[in-house]
Amino acid sequence: MKICITSEGDTLDSRVDPRFGRCRNFIFFDTESGEFQARENSSAGFQGGAGIQSGQLVVSQGVKAVLTGNVGPNAYQVLSAAGINVFTGVSGTVREAVQGLREGKYKAASDPSVGSKFGMPGK
Amino acid sequence: MIISVASGKGGTGKTTVAVNLALALKDARFFDCDVEEPNAHIFLKPRLNRQEKVFIPVPEIDTAKCSFCGKCGEVCAYHALAVIKGEGGHQGEVLVFPHLCHGCGACSMLCPQGAIREVNKEIGTVESGSAGEISFVSGRLNVGEAVSPPVIRRVKEYLEPSKTAVIDAPPGTSCPVICAVKGSDFCILVTEPTPFGLHDLSLAVEVLRKMEIPFGVVINRSDIGDGKVEDYCAKENIPVLMRIPFSREIAEAYARGISLISAFPDFKGKFIEMRARIGTLLESGKAGR
Repeated sequence: MKICITSEGDTLDSRVDPRFGRCRNFIFFDTESGEFQARENSSAGFQGGAGIQSGQLVVSQGVKAVLTGNVGPNAYQVLSAAGINVFTGVSGTVREAVQGLREGKYKAASDPSVGSKFGMPGK
Repeated sequence: MIISVASGKGGTGKTTVAVNLALALKDARFFDCDVEEPNAHIFLKPRLNRQEKVFIPVPEIDTAKCSFCGKCGEVCAYHALAVIKGEGGHQGEVLVFPHLCHGCGACSMLCPQGAIREVNKEIGTVESGSAGEISFVSGRLNVGEAVSPPVIRRVKEYLEPSKTAVIDAPPGTSCPVICAVKGSDFCILVTEPTPFGLHDLSLAVEVLRKMEIPFGVVINRSDIGDGKVEDYCAKENIPVLMRIPFSREIAEAYARGISLISAFPDFKGKFIEMRARIGTLLESGKAGR
């Protein structure tokens, strides 16, 4: 299963980015092979629509789950329309996040965890 | 002649300068383009006799025709559309985020299936009327809307080249300001002699230089703060058009919704002089640029 973790850096030892739409990087992780690929988030600086664009990118990668700190209303709508489970409240390193998911530590969110513009600088 | 009044920093006295300039000129036309917080009517007390709604076209998807190709999402510069392709057991879906839509029409124009119809969404109101000899137009963005330029553009459709037009622009340096000052012959930047006033003034100056609009500065509350705004204007060859002192009496009149020149008739001459000086600066090429 392919999953996506929002990350501050581009390795498994990077910290989970607490924002979805405006996270620094996405780490796409294959839970079967353990392989991963980091991708810089080009939507991070958008004035508006960052969550929507990030959501589209993640959807296009065919992931089944997203691990992040918080997700806003627009991104949540995009991810849930594509049937992706969103796990919020995730912290620590990317590696710990993957481990936590394996251990069933997280519960899929049924609502966005924050309001619009949560990840904007200065907020 | 179109004279816009902008500032960068909010609360410096744009509306005060714009309103009093219009009052001093008498038969000017006044355009309140600060559509997120229009308030010039408080001073000008116009009689409004016309109101129209402002709409933008937002997309509506005909899911029977849609192939979920994703083109609309790709072409939308404001990310107001997200396309979920129908695969892996879930149905295809196009999500529309109307509050992000600028109504540009690209999605409906470029949809290969002709599956997008445009429906009007009301985002604001334009009111017009007159205050004595001043004709008055004011825009108001609806609460909860994020995109103000279409309302500002609608206000500016009332511009007539024959008379002096005074545009009260919104604060800041982003799209709404660009939209309000665009096409002006001259822009008055209102600032105050504080580090904040100077910082935002310099941003506004950069914007006007890029737009190639000649400008000058009015320093409000000119006897407080420091001399750095004056130094900056001297260094950048920006004419200081007027200095309005900080006084309790001016603040009291303002707080009662009374214009500067009604409370202090001496100011009328200063505004008429400023208008004349703007003309001279433009002719001689000595305006800020």
